[in-house]
Formats: sequence, C-alpha cells, structure tokens
Amino acid sequence: MIDIVINITHLAFLAITSIAILRMTNLFAIVMLYGIFSLLSAGLFVVMDAPDVAFTEAAVGAGISTVLMLATLALVKRPEKPYYAEAPRVHRPWLPLAVVLVTGSALVYGTWDIPGFGASDSPAQTHVASYYIDNAVKETGVPNIVTAVLASYRGFDTLGEVVVVYTAAVAVLLLIGGRRSRAVPKTKPKPKGKGDQDET
Amino acid sequence: MKPNLILHVIAKFVIPLIILFALYVQFHGDFGPGGGFQAGVIFSSAFILYGLVFGLDAAEKIIPSNWLQKLAALGVVIYAGVGMVSLMLGGNYLDYSLLGSNQIAGQHLGILLVELGVGITVAAVMLILFFAFAGRGRE
Repeated sequence: MIDIVINITHLAFLAITSIAILRMTNLFAIVMLYGIFSLLSAGLFVVMDAPDVAFTEAAVGAGISTVLMLATLALVKRPEKPYYAEAPRVHRPWLPLAVVLVTGSALVYGTWDIPGFGASDSPAQTHVASYYIDNAVKETGVPNIVTAVLASYRGFDTLGEVVVVYTAAVAVLLLIGGRRSRAVPKTKPKPKGKGDQDET
Repeated sequence: MKPNLILHVIAKFVIPLIILFALYVQFHGDFGPGGGFQAGVIFSSAFILYGLVFGLDAAEKIIPSNWLQKLAALGVVIYAGVGMVSLMLGGNYLDYSLLGSNQIAGQHLGILLVELGVGITVAAVMLILFFAFAGRGRE
C-alpha cells in the first residue's frame, strides 16, 4: 500500500518536472530540473528494489551529467529562445496531436499484455534468472547477485561497457581535448588572473 | 571567483568523506549495492567538487590530465588482463574460477579485480570529460 502511494507521488513529480522542463526557457533552471528528474527516478528505482540501478542513476544522472551540462552551459548563452518567438504559429497542432494520441493509446494498449511487476512467470524471469538466483552465491561466493552477474556471468558484456566508456573519453579528447594545450601560450598575458575559471 | 570561505571549508570537510564512500562502494560492492561503476563516478565527483570550488588549475595539479589518460587505459587493461590470465591458466576468457585455490576464491578475486578496473576507468573518464568541457570555458 505504502509502495503505491510512494510510486504515485514519484510518478506525479516526474510528470510535473518534465512539463516544467518543456515550458521553461532558462537553460540553467532546465539543467537543475534534469538533475531533479534523475533523482526522482533514482527514488523510483529504490522503491522497485533495484538499489544498484538507483545508485547509478543518482550518481550519473543527478550528479555527473548535471555538472557536465553546467560546464557546457558556461560556454553557451543562458536563455534559449522561446519556440514561439522565432516563428509565428502557422501550423495547425491537430495532426501532431492526433499522431501523439494514437501512438500513446497504442502504447497504453501494449502495456496490458506486459506481465505484472515482479511476476515470477514472466519470460524475463524464467530464462536464466532462476539459475542465477539458485547458483550465484554457491558458485561465486558473492552475496550481491547483481555484482556476480555483472562481473562474472556477464563479464564479456561489462568488458564491452568499460571499453565503451573508454572510447567516449577518447572521442571527447579528440574532439575538444587538445584545444587547451594550443591555446595556453596564446593567452600568456593573463587576462584576469586566477579568477574567472568556470564557476558555473 | 572570489574566495568563498564557507564553500572552501565545507568542501574540504566533505571531499575526504566522498572519497571514503567511493572506496566503500568499490570494495563493498560484492556484499551491498554498488560496484566499480558507481564507485568510479563517486570518486570522480570528489575531484570535480574540488575543481569547482578551488578552480580547475588546482584540481589539475592534483591529477594531471596525462595521468588521467593513462589511468583510463589502465582500467581497461586490468579488466582485459584478468581475462588473459584466466586464459593462460587454462580456462575460458574471463572465467575467474582458476585464479584462486578453489572456485569461490577465484571468482572472488576475479570480481574484485574486474570491478577495480571498471572503477579506475570510469573515474578517470569522468574526470577527463569534466576537464575537457570545463577547460574550454577558460580562455
């Protein structure tokens, strides 16, 4: 019962946050709301008994990506132009609205066939999950089955993920990383001293 | 940026706790929620906080960026290396059972090392991303 109340509150806050993000034009506030959105999702995952996922969501979604977006925001101008300021409304909203309604109702219709939350006879639970639950502690000696699955049973998968993370760093360095080493000698005269770093 | 006393004191107080928590998440990931990925992110967030409060130059003095690039590669090498070692011991790639005296010990050691590799790579990569983005705004 209490789960349902918490879930509904969480989901309502998620909906409110996303509507607020849509209607806002101040990018700083939007970034902050993204962080709040991630934190709310993390809370939702905790209620669903997935603390590992919640942990990641809180650390990456609410923490790091907010900081990265703020750092990016410091490079661009703050306010986004409101979408209605650029072009006067000439299109009719009815066609997009109809598309959205049809797609949305199709998705809702699709959810009726989804097995109930945590149902033990759903296809996802009957494949290998029962093997993990039965044997993970016996075979690896690691009480946290999530860690056992991620690091041992699906080690190839996690290795791939680590390589992806590494590749992301390489890509960022190739795209924007080398710039500073070239720019440093040029700005030798030191404009304002130690001051204006990147305080966002 | 004016030196902000409250910010500095609080940051200095909080940063060791964040690092401690990251280490806890890293090495306690076998028993509780968490693991290399989360620990790496938390660990890097301590340095990002330092960079935000004390300035990027101070943060880069603590962890120079050429170190970070090597650390990011080192994590991947540790992970893949564990796989190679288990291959050389006669098992399958990334089969940790042969690393220890028995299966449980081997699996435990393997998971610990692999998570360490993940943590090192993720922490280094997050810092690389932060320095790359934040560093551009400097000039």
